[in-house]
Amino acid sequence: MSDNLRIGRRGLLGAAAGTAAFGLSGLALAQKPLVVGFIYVGPRDDYGYNQAHAEAAAVLKKMAGLKVVEEEKVPETVAVEKSMESMINLDGATLLFPTSFGYFDPHMLKEAAKNSKIQFRHCGGLWQEGKHPKNTGSYFGYIDECQYLNGMAAGSVSKSGKLGFVAAKPIPQVLRNINAFTMGAHSVNPKISTQVIFTGDWSMPVKEAEATNSMIAQGVDVVTCHVDSPKVVIETAERAGIFTCGYHCNQAKLAPKGYLTGAEWNWEKVYTSFVDSMKKGEAPGNFVRGGLKEGFVKTSAYGPAVPAEARAKAEAVKQQMLGGSYVIFKGPLKDNKGNSVIAAGTSHAQTDPVLESMNYLVEGVVGSTS
Amino acid sequence: MRQAFERIAVPALALLASALLFALLLAAYAQVDPFEAFELMYEGAFGSWFSWQNTLTRAAPLILASLCTALPARLGLVIIGNEGALVLGGLAAAAAGVAMGRAPPLLVQVAMCLSGMLLGGLWIALAGALRQWRGVNETISSLLLTYIAIALMNHFVEGPLRDPESLNKPSTAAIGDANTIGTIPGMDVHWGLAFGVVACLLVYLLQRFTTWGFAMQVIGGNPKTARMMGLDVGRYVILACAAGGAAAGLAGTVEVAAVLGRANASLAVGYGYAGILVAFLARHHPLAIVPVAILLGGISASGGLLQRRLDLPDAAVVVLQGIIFVAILASETLYGRLLPRKQES
Repeated sequence: MSDNLRIGRRGLLGAAAGTAAFGLSGLALAQKPLVVGFIYVGPRDDYGYNQAHAEAAAVLKKMAGLKVVEEEKVPETVAVEKSMESMINLDGATLLFPTSFGYFDPHMLKEAAKNSKIQFRHCGGLWQEGKHPKNTGSYFGYIDECQYLNGMAAGSVSKSGKLGFVAAKPIPQVLRNINAFTMGAHSVNPKISTQVIFTGDWSMPVKEAEATNSMIAQGVDVVTCHVDSPKVVIETAERAGIFTCGYHCNQAKLAPKGYLTGAEWNWEKVYTSFVDSMKKGEAPGNFVRGGLKEGFVKTSAYGPAVPAEARAKAEAVKQQMLGGSYVIFKGPLKDNKGNSVIAAGTSHAQTDPVLESMNYLVEGVVGSTS
Repeated sequence: MRQAFERIAVPALALLASALLFALLLAAYAQVDPFEAFELMYEGAFGSWFSWQNTLTRAAPLILASLCTALPARLGLVIIGNEGALVLGGLAAAAAGVAMGRAPPLLVQVAMCLSGMLLGGLWIALAGALRQWRGVNETISSLLLTYIAIALMNHFVEGPLRDPESLNKPSTAAIGDANTIGTIPGMDVHWGLAFGVVACLLVYLLQRFTTWGFAMQVIGGNPKTARMMGLDVGRYVILACAAGGAAAGLAGTVEVAAVLGRANASLAVGYGYAGILVAFLARHHPLAIVPVAILLGGISASGGLLQRRLDLPDAAVVVLQGIIFVAILASETLYGRLLPRKQES
């Protein structure tokens, strides 16, 4: 594939090059492997959001008849539009995964309109039938299920009854994780409280360390987080000798003593199924969601600090989640200001879109959304 | 003659030295064939019309943002608050665009540009005023003002100006498709590029051919002399800062009006900081800003290709930018020494 581009590079210039390269790639498509492009907003080895995607991309790389191209640290600006165009024009990519939330609107939508034959699938974006083009789509996982299990493990080992949550921004995805974590902890110890600190942005290593340290000073003995890279939080907690629950991907290596368990993405599952559809000549699904049951998310192996009894409790709930029968968000549920947010008798299954506009913190969370 | 030669030769030497150093690093540290890397960089930045447009798109915000440093530099000021002015300019533009709603698009566009420039200008004028009347170092104050600006932007985007529908990426409401500033006809590059080139030309003409420009040069040379000559130094300092801030504010406006369609955290992605680099590399000369911005735009455009083909980390192009910056600054000492001095006759 780089061979036929070499011709373009050496011999042709200007507008002619674009058309010629297109012609070439069109001709060569029959023998050429499927080219899949991944774009990450941060570094590929961040022990977090981006690494979770890159690990799945690495699995794809081993598949036959497939070529994976990757770019890291691409900001959510015109830069990502150009990265997508470059992957299409220079590498011949036909399936693109711009993985960061802010890539969707307007950047990916613009590129999808420009390149109607290319398939774009976006992580987390809210693709809507009729509103967004057919060659785009979105996929996401119900990772709050794993955060609930995190909370159960955390609630079981906490001695002070104070848990900590370092969060980026008070947006629905994050609030849902904080709430699920707290509710999981409540299920094993109703007296537990979760202190939440918002750092204001996705990658704020200094503030994340400060937040963790200040929680430790307040007596928190288990922390977890929802930021792009949990590395700083986990390492800071491990140094102070307290427990941690992971997020995005497995951070057990960073905290061999204090790591309890973790909420991990399993994007490999999603990406291989998308690639399989492409190979069959079909467009991948437009609206793809799943939790533990569908294998979109998974939990880290339990660390040495989690007692057998606590493991058994969490495993029992996990089995129900794997069977699809467990409901996390059901009434009566109150927020931390005492207002009822879900009435008694109402329950929201994971697929319920109501949960995707969550704007409250449940009872037991110390902190505020604004 | 001699000066003109040096003005070309010294930066060229510095660039050559940076390329050599980068090649060495690639070969020794990353074990990559430097020739292949440079060939790919050429392909990614300038190898085709597509790559040119990629480069120019990335250069556009840098041109305007760099004027925020380059203009006050003429007076001997070192302003590095470009990012703050850019971010607030974008915010003001979005607020104006949303507030004007369905007014005729041209009117909305003009209003967005004016409000973006106004707020950006006021922001940097603040640094100028602090320096002039309170003796606060303008470099530090402008940098610190940037942090305040970003915090203000986040506050407004997540609070009073937030579009309730922007759930997971807090943003202002959209300015609407009708009000967006499109691309320059015939190319896939937005109008920010044209704004930047015109602004640089205007600044050049102003500096070269008007008494204002001459006065600024005098102040930059020796403010005390300028004061003795009866020049109102304070006024020039604040005006130059305001004009620089307005340029950065316009860069932010273009980001909102041509790229993002709304204001959000994507405004603060470092165009302002890259603009400082451009201004210093161009030695604050308005006409040199355009090619330097294109060079840096090209480096960032080719970064993706280096990652994809050679599996280099993103840091590779950041390292190259750093090397160039240091080499250019170090090369300042070469001026006046490159050619053997002729006997004055």
